Amino acid sequence: MPTMNMIQALNDAHKVMMRRDDDIVVFGEDIGFFGGVFRVTEGLQKEFGKARTFDAPISEGGIVATAVGMAAYGIKPVIEIQFADYIYPGYDQIVSEVAKMRYRTAGEWTMPMVIRTPYGGGIFGGQTHSQSPESLFTHIAGLKVVVPSTPYDAKGLLIAAIEDPDPVVFFEPKRIYNGPFDGHHDRPVTPWSKHPASDVPEGHYTVPLGKAAVVREGNELTVLAYGTMVHVALAAVQDQGLDAEVIDLRTLVPLDIETIEKSVEKTGRCLIAQEAPRTSGFAAELSALAQERCFYHLEAPVERVTGWDTPYPHAYEWAYFPGPKRMKKALEKVMAD
Amino acid sequence: MSDKDPKVRGANRPKLALHVPEPPFRPGDKPDFSSIKIPAAGSATRPDTSVQAVETHALTTDLVRVLGDDHKAVGPWDPKLDPETLRKILKDMVTVRVFDDRMYRSQRQGKTSFYMKCTGEEAIATATAAALDREDMHFPTYRQQGLLVSRGYPLVTMMNQIYSNKGDPLKGRQLPIMYSDKAYGFFSISGNLGTQFPQAVGWAMGAAIKGDSRIAMGWIGDGATAEGDFHSAMTFAAVYNVPVILAVVNNQWAISSFSGIAGAERATFAQRAVGYGIAGLRVDGNDALAVFAAVKWAAERARSNGGPTLIEFFTYRAEGHSTSDDPSGYRPSDEAKAWPLGDPVERLKSHLIALGEWDEDRHAAMTAEADAAVRAAQKEAEANGILPQQGKDNVGSMFEDVYADVPWHIAEQRDQAVDEMR
Repeated sequence: MPTMNMIQALNDAHKVMMRRDDDIVVFGEDIGFFGGVFRVTEGLQKEFGKARTFDAPISEGGIVATAVGMAAYGIKPVIEIQFADYIYPGYDQIVSEVAKMRYRTAGEWTMPMVIRTPYGGGIFGGQTHSQSPESLFTHIAGLKVVVPSTPYDAKGLLIAAIEDPDPVVFFEPKRIYNGPFDGHHDRPVTPWSKHPASDVPEGHYTVPLGKAAVVREGNELTVLAYGTMVHVALAAVQDQGLDAEVIDLRTLVPLDIETIEKSVEKTGRCLIAQEAPRTSGFAAELSALAQERCFYHLEAPVERVTGWDTPYPHAYEWAYFPGPKRMKKALEKVMAD
Repeated sequence: MSDKDPKVRGANRPKLALHVPEPPFRPGDKPDFSSIKIPAAGSATRPDTSVQAVETHALTTDLVRVLGDDHKAVGPWDPKLDPETLRKILKDMVTVRVFDDRMYRSQRQGKTSFYMKCTGEEAIATATAAALDREDMHFPTYRQQGLLVSRGYPLVTMMNQIYSNKGDPLKGRQLPIMYSDKAYGFFSISGNLGTQFPQAVGWAMGAAIKGDSRIAMGWIGDGATAEGDFHSAMTFAAVYNVPVILAVVNNQWAISSFSGIAGAERATFAQRAVGYGIAGLRVDGNDALAVFAAVKWAAERARSNGGPTLIEFFTYRAEGHSTSDDPSGYRPSDEAKAWPLGDPVERLKSHLIALGEWDEDRHAAMTAEADAAVRAAQKEAEANGILPQQGKDNVGSMFEDVYADVPWHIAEQRDQAVDEMR
């Protein structure tokens, strides 16, 4: 089985799907000849030609809007927004048009498209190369929101997203494009090749949307995480020697509530980890759901470890990023209560 | 001494002043549009459709007009339409006007929550529909109902949508007049202004990617050209040489803001085309023949891979913005009558009469026929229910089509809502 990092896995997903379906068109800033600033679309233009893989003007609103028109025509656009921090000029099109099209036309027009965008911090990206705006999309009815955390999932989820009849906002944690990052920035990062999830099958397979993965089984508490925070959480519970169950949500909308409920009811404790700022973040939704649905099983308040309610700072990267130290404190708190 | 010292900075310079455009006339003023330059019919040149965009510059300040004051068709833009086609366009215009009047009244009677007329602008959509193929796709605003009427869309279905009744194809989810019908080449109308303009470009890009021969047409009002989506539509259309027609309906008003607030004091909307490398035309929007000819020209250009065209239809919004708007609060009530390009229905009617192909009796009969058709449709639509009667039945349908399948969280909310309505 080939060994791939997350970039190669995403690239392969594009190739697998573009070979299968002539209606798939890929475009975005710098994604054509150059192959993307993160190399995710490398080689696509050479193989599939300029009519199916092309560079776009620097206009996120225009990229999403023309994708809407193409989807209305019958094409399946897989578009890239270079950084999630720059998705906002396209927000009106995503929220008002992409998300609502099936509903407002009673199913006459649908928007089977994927909006890929690198997201998350931990790379000294400062304010506009580090954001995690997923809650701005989980709040919008009509959108599916996906965040992979391994090369295997990245390929399988992207293929599933491309095949999905609904629009999918696909957040790629750029911190773990090349290797899993456990939050220990002072240690060398291991490449994906040392991780079993870098065994990525050739050809077509899917990881279904709406299904979480129990990445570590345990009985003492449940940790809910996605993206880079999955690896941070795994390392933290390991360091603490806790018998924790770590769940990688993979899809935020629609959420795999059954897996969450089952786990929290078993463990009685729940910690939620996200990079995004705390207030109105997706962790708040998860916390509310755990509390509403597992109240009588809970032995401690549901705890959140998140980014701070500030813009993402440059020099204070490791004071902002919810790394091992904050995870340790949060784990101690949720276990002590 | 540094010129950063506030005491001396700019001491010898004039004070800067903010210019806030004002319309020429406010309520109580006597409207006088004699300052608007109206070129004689037939005077605008008609270049070959393969012309370079930059060579259309003169046409972006000129005004393509075919029907003269004597109601005769003149000049190189005369599409030389047969009387049959002219009568069809006239009938569509009259039907739209009658439809608008009935639905306006319906709103006043409380049968629907909202309506928007296109009075004075009927020629633009109906003559466009006549000039394009049925397979071409429109990305309209809320004021191109003439496209549907011209393409033979059932009036009763339009009304069902307006009434949000059980015949409403959009299942009561959309505000009245936000029609959608794929089979009629009429893309779903959105309340968010300007969004459909670059979407039209994307649709036409799709047609180009697939080697299709169909083209798209995007629509926007003068006010909404100020949206960023106008700029992205123009940029993408130019960059990819997209087979699209982009239409700005300049009816002078965006609710209460006159077109100067959208930038019309400094340049025509058509002039913006040349800066993007797009062919531009400025057209008398109340002249059905000029509208037809311009759209036909742009379509030919698009179909031969000549690229996009921006057309400014110069017209006047003769009535309020919507049923929620009272224009007497911001403009003279008789302004529409003073508008120098007249009324599109009257002008085409007079043209047909001048050709000896029409007369007052036939016109009266056709108007009565349109009125009867609209009344019959209204009766049929109201039998399907009107807004105040809706909202209780089949509440569960409110939760469908958010996604292809209903996810668990929406299913739970559906069950709760259905339970609450019991």
